[in-house]
Amino acid sequence: MDEKKLAIIATKGTLDWAYPPFILASTAAALGYESQIFFTFYGLQLVKKDLNLKVSSLGNPGMPMPAGMDKWFPVILQALPGMEGMMTAMMKKKMAAKGVAGLDELRELCIEAEVKMVACQMTVELFDMDHSDFIDDLEFAGAASFFEFAGDSDICLYI
Amino acid sequence: MAFDQELDASGLNCPLPILRTKKALQKMESGQVLRVVATDPGSIKDMEAFAKQTGNDLIESGEEGGKYTFLIKKA
Repeated sequence: MDEKKLAIIATKGTLDWAYPPFILASTAAALGYESQIFFTFYGLQLVKKDLNLKVSSLGNPGMPMPAGMDKWFPVILQALPGMEGMMTAMMKKKMAAKGVAGLDELRELCIEAEVKMVACQMTVELFDMDHSDFIDDLEFAGAASFFEFAGDSDICLYI
Repeated sequence: MAFDQELDASGLNCPLPILRTKKALQKMESGQVLRVVATDPGSIKDMEAFAKQTGNDLIESGEEGGKYTFLIKKA
């Protein structure tokens, strides 16, 4: 049987949206898939050396909050300085308590499992980022190279 | 039943029990049996799916006192 292939495009740069690409790619690798993640736009934050992602309740009415805050806490107050940091700290604490892997751990597991990671060179330039801002196990390429892999993939996800 | 190696994945959540299982199996010989202990209720279905897709044999799957135990024979 030929090895199955999973291709993922990761476009989002928040803590919550960073999980699906890394969870799916590492699991697929454990199941014997050859996996590749293409990071573009805000998804580039997921492959920075310094992985400092945040979560926000703003524009996200589905986010559960402690003490039923999602029911009574006014949205406008969620925009106050420090709120994002607080939400992020609470989310990380909750994740650790529930035995959810840290993002750096999952990313490391992907690298170990030889998940290929490719950053979109166009958006790296667009945001004036430098190749040295990123982890070592990363290639820089464009849309055509994504299709080279995704064209024969069995599963292709846009996250 | 006898087993050759044991992995304690208690307290870990998806996908860590599966990733650790995969890693443990990698270091074992074909035919050897790995016992996995987990607390993630999702691991019941996931371990079945893992075994099916990787060709390893899930010989036994059980629950005792909130812990899930699995015996997997390496293909």
